[in-house]
Amino acid sequence: MMLCARNLTLAGRLDDVSLDLSPGRVTAICGPNGAGKSSLVSAMAGVLPVAGALSLDGHDLPAMQPRERARLLGYLPQGGEAAWDVCVRTLIELGRLPWQAAPLHRAHADGAQDREAVTQAIAAMDLDHLIDRPLSRLSGGERARALLARVLAGRPRWVLADEPLASLDLGHGLRLLTALRQQAVQGVGVCLVLHDLGMAMNHADRVVVMDRGRVVTDGAPGDALSEDVIAQVWGVTGRWLGPEGARALSL
Amino acid sequence: MTRLNASLVGALALAFAASLLAGRVWIDPFHSDVPGAGLILMQLRLPRSVLAVLVGGGLGAAGAAMQAYLRNPLADPGLFGIAPSAALGAVLSILLGAYGFALGPWALPVFALVGAGGAMALLGLIAGRSSGGVALFTLAGMMIASLTGALMSLAISLSPSPFALWEIVTWLMGALADRSWHEVWMAAPLMAVGLSAFLVAGRSLDALTLGEAAARSLGVDPRRLQALLILGVGCAVGGSVAVAGVIGFVGLVVPHLLRPFTDRRPSSLIVPSALGGALLLLVGDSMCRILPLAGGELRLGIALSLLGAPFFLVLLWRMRDGVWR
Repeated sequence: MMLCARNLTLAGRLDDVSLDLSPGRVTAICGPNGAGKSSLVSAMAGVLPVAGALSLDGHDLPAMQPRERARLLGYLPQGGEAAWDVCVRTLIELGRLPWQAAPLHRAHADGAQDREAVTQAIAAMDLDHLIDRPLSRLSGGERARALLARVLAGRPRWVLADEPLASLDLGHGLRLLTALRQQAVQGVGVCLVLHDLGMAMNHADRVVVMDRGRVVTDGAPGDALSEDVIAQVWGVTGRWLGPEGARALSL
Repeated sequence: MTRLNASLVGALALAFAASLLAGRVWIDPFHSDVPGAGLILMQLRLPRSVLAVLVGGGLGAAGAAMQAYLRNPLADPGLFGIAPSAALGAVLSILLGAYGFALGPWALPVFALVGAGGAMALLGLIAGRSSGGVALFTLAGMMIASLTGALMSLAISLSPSPFALWEIVTWLMGALADRSWHEVWMAAPLMAVGLSAFLVAGRSLDALTLGEAAARSLGVDPRRLQALLILGVGCAVGGSVAVAGVIGFVGLVVPHLLRPFTDRRPSSLIVPSALGGALLLLVGDSMCRILPLAGGELRLGIALSLLGAPFFLVLLWRMRDGVWR
């Protein structure tokens, strides 16, 4: 399912952005603060109304029923707030909401498919031992995994995540990326906003660099995140060290 | 039915039976030698108890829905400005009566419902224009509450006689005394519509747990949700003000007390809050009837505020330590 954006524009945030994203790959969106990364991802998720065209496999996204769109596109917003201190299982079950038909249907995962999807999401994020724990008693890494499991429980064809690695340490960040890679291997489209250029360089299949609402470069990590681009967009002089797949940016 | 709901239904049944027997005149169900016991039961106590269940249920469910919608445990059905608008309507009807306009016995509840409907329409107009932001919408509700509060003070200051003033003030205190089956028939359908709206909105309210953006990505239509909330709160709160006056704190206190006994999912809290609100109002009203007070009985609105305000303070105290959810 190709996710295509054409001429997305939103005053002050997005300036004529066009992108074609292929499923089965991990695409990273990078850029300095205020570059329009979050706006782009939330626009593609159908959460932020923008001018321009969005389509999924040729189907017009804004014209879709919200619930139909929600079944195809999973969106993980930045921050991951939760108003109520629900337990991990309850949180993950929320991901099944788009699949539950009748308005009075209880949100409990009582259908066999719901149960299976929730169990799989719990296993994929390694949360088996935490399912009854309230969110307030999770560490940052556990919380990030639980929030992503909520998205995966919806079994979306696309996962759009806004800084899923924010506030995670190296090990937890890497594990989360590995889990997302696993999704891509299974044919899901994965599109992430990443601040850590090293993570993007080593773990993405494709990198889109944005600045001031526009796409600056778009391509393989090595090309899109070249030292010249980093100098131009972030205004810092850096050098990539180490072999391919394990590169580190030295500033 | 969950264990919580079953316990609440059991407690409610007991309280209901007790409320029929308790009062200035106690009725012994087995050896009643009270003259006119049947009349007292059927025409005074039964409608009053049913009304307590209806109003308490409506206010409790509205509180749970409002807290879920605003994602704030301190939200209260009064925040949309619907209760004050309904109260303004009722005050106007008392005032017009005092100025000599011959209004029927239905004038007060009808005026109150018109007030609630007006606030709902205004909120709907604002909601229709905005893209559904909860903050803007809440501000609009608070402005409506503030405006109707000022208009109510103006109306009170214009009251032509001390008697009208007294009538307005007592009415504003909220009570279930001297209500009849008329009020029951008026409130019942409104509460049914309100509760249904909250139940239909339940799943969207669950999604809102994760914030507005995540809720939209889960397929929630913010305008539909807002419309359901306006309808539900308008019917439940407007209807309760129309028949019982202003009764605060039920919508705030009850969801709080019950939330820890649920999985904290907003949709799991709506029915328990309705049952809990009904229970609180039924017990509160029975206590008001039993407590001896010079010059009549304690007003229910006052009693609940006396209970509610300290509760709110304890809540704020606990919020300091960040254990308020």
